[in-house]
Amino acid sequence: MTRKLRDRRRFLKESSSLAGLVLAPSVLAVAPRFASAAPPAPGANDANDLASVLYGERSRFVTTTRIVEGQSHRDVPAVRPTPHRPSARTPLGESVGMITPTSLHFTTQHHYGIPDINPSEHKLMIHGLVDRPLVWTVDELKRLPFVSRIYFLECVGNRPNPRAATVADTHGRMACSEWTGVPLSVLLREASLKNGAKWLIAEGADGGKHMKSVSLPKAWDDVMVAFGQNGEPVRPDHGFPLRLIVPGHEGIYNVKWLRRIKIVDQPYLSFQEHSRFISEYPKTQADTYEYGPSSVITYPSGTHQLSGQGSYVITGLAWSGGGAVSKVEVSTDGGRTYAEAELAGPTLPKAHSRFFLPWRWNGEEAMLQSRCTDENGIVQPSEAEYLNYWNFTRRELYGTIQSKLGHCNWMQPWKVNHDGSVSNGLEPIEVVADVHG
Amino acid sequence: MMVASAMGSNRSRLLQTCTVSTLALALVVTFEVVVLGQGQTDAPSGLGRPPTAAEVQAWDISIGPDGAELPEGSGTTGEGAGVYSQRGCSECHGPTGVEGPAIVLVGGEVNRRTTYFPIAYWPFATSIWDFIRRAMPYHRPGVLTADEVYALTAFLLHRNGIIEASAVMNRESLPKVVMPHRDDYIVPEPWIPGTPRGFKRQP
Repeated sequence: MTRKLRDRRRFLKESSSLAGLVLAPSVLAVAPRFASAAPPAPGANDANDLASVLYGERSRFVTTTRIVEGQSHRDVPAVRPTPHRPSARTPLGESVGMITPTSLHFTTQHHYGIPDINPSEHKLMIHGLVDRPLVWTVDELKRLPFVSRIYFLECVGNRPNPRAATVADTHGRMACSEWTGVPLSVLLREASLKNGAKWLIAEGADGGKHMKSVSLPKAWDDVMVAFGQNGEPVRPDHGFPLRLIVPGHEGIYNVKWLRRIKIVDQPYLSFQEHSRFISEYPKTQADTYEYGPSSVITYPSGTHQLSGQGSYVITGLAWSGGGAVSKVEVSTDGGRTYAEAELAGPTLPKAHSRFFLPWRWNGEEAMLQSRCTDENGIVQPSEAEYLNYWNFTRRELYGTIQSKLGHCNWMQPWKVNHDGSVSNGLEPIEVVADVHG
Repeated sequence: MMVASAMGSNRSRLLQTCTVSTLALALVVTFEVVVLGQGQTDAPSGLGRPPTAAEVQAWDISIGPDGAELPEGSGTTGEGAGVYSQRGCSECHGPTGVEGPAIVLVGGEVNRRTTYFPIAYWPFATSIWDFIRRAMPYHRPGVLTADEVYALTAFLLHRNGIIEASAVMNRESLPKVVMPHRDDYIVPEPWIPGTPRGFKRQP
């Protein structure tokens, strides 16, 4: 559908719901309020277009989109009658600030499609080892005390990658939003836990009924049932009307379309939990929970082009599942020396922090990389440090899918070439296994 | 939480006032019953309602390692072979479970670095039952009866050399199946917020 046709359809739909209050677009166009505006250039957005007045649109010169990833199950189209939804990455190379626009927030693949849920019919049940099993409507949940918190959300499939062209390819499976919802602790008090309660199972209403075991100490700490994202209801591809938010933990914990919480005595270890997402390496046990400190430079990054010598700002994102970012350092010489970067905004726990470092490019080759230290004093490792810790070769490291490693938080360098082009700074390697491959 | 505690103290004041005589206490009990009858609960906020038994039964689909939630029903390995071909499993997983194109169900090399674990490497037999009922068949999850899921589970366990051809799977027998790689597997400990990581400069 063309943009114009889509807008027109949206207009027709919305104008009918607004009954007689809405003027026809032709009337709006000549209304006195708009009379002095220059007529739009041919092909430009009509600023008077009612659809964009009702729900704003970005400039036609801004065309950044999510990046659709290869479809898994692409080889079995005959058995894919459900609206399989491929995964899509956040376009980090064009990102600004710390919040990801919801429209650009990465989504994982949904084999069973995006459920079309009427919020007035949706319910959340809590049961199991509780004194008071309860069912709430969405409206009832909104009558409970709530919080708004800014948290990053990252898929375990993110990692530095010598074969990646862009920062979206390496780290685009993450985003940061303001989430609004009811702390799970409120719901646990409403239901009152019985002796023996140690874990909970969170389960969605999608076709595959995705579930995840969450330990209760974490649930009491900062887990929430979100109904809002970035100032509006959570969108369907992010879990409308309710999703679990498990701050700082792996993306798979954040169950979308949440409909059931069962309080239990042990982790249930469903197929999705034991088959890929828990490592067989005892060392990684702790790592299957919170993410360690990480950061990546988003500009200049792979495929960017500097327009000549002179002043730039190197900028990027830093985050940690263990708390707030306390320091970001940037190196322009491949890690030989570092300078402390400026933190451009608030540094909130388990949220993206935007950093920058003013930089004068002299036309020489440069190797840019960033290093995050979190409030616990833990420092993001280099690739060499990571390899040394796990006793891996590079071939083993990149030949292992991400979910079987510890979290992949080593540094991703970007190389600025003589001609101002920017490319991947990691030493090349032939094969990289991918969790979504 | 302010709301919750305020409601809690109102409730206790109410109780104090009313416990002056047994008659009054009886009235309170009656009052509670009436309120609950109107769909409210004794939760601090009074919001929500207790689920009906049917609602819990319909949604309580997670099967833990001990199989406590498994429903009545049973299936044999032979019945499972029939269900496998009649219910469309073979369309994706191949006539004998090895041809694909979807995930191999019988045997399968374990490459711990790059693949899903084949069924024989799953730690708990109950997970097979859980996943089949939860998410299969791919194009119509939820259509299988409990007997069919027991039969398919028995079929897959047998084809993977884990149970005998004569075995019958039901809520008693399935949790007792010992998976061959159970002891290779570490059940995670609950994670405690603020737990210091064991390393300073690492992931």
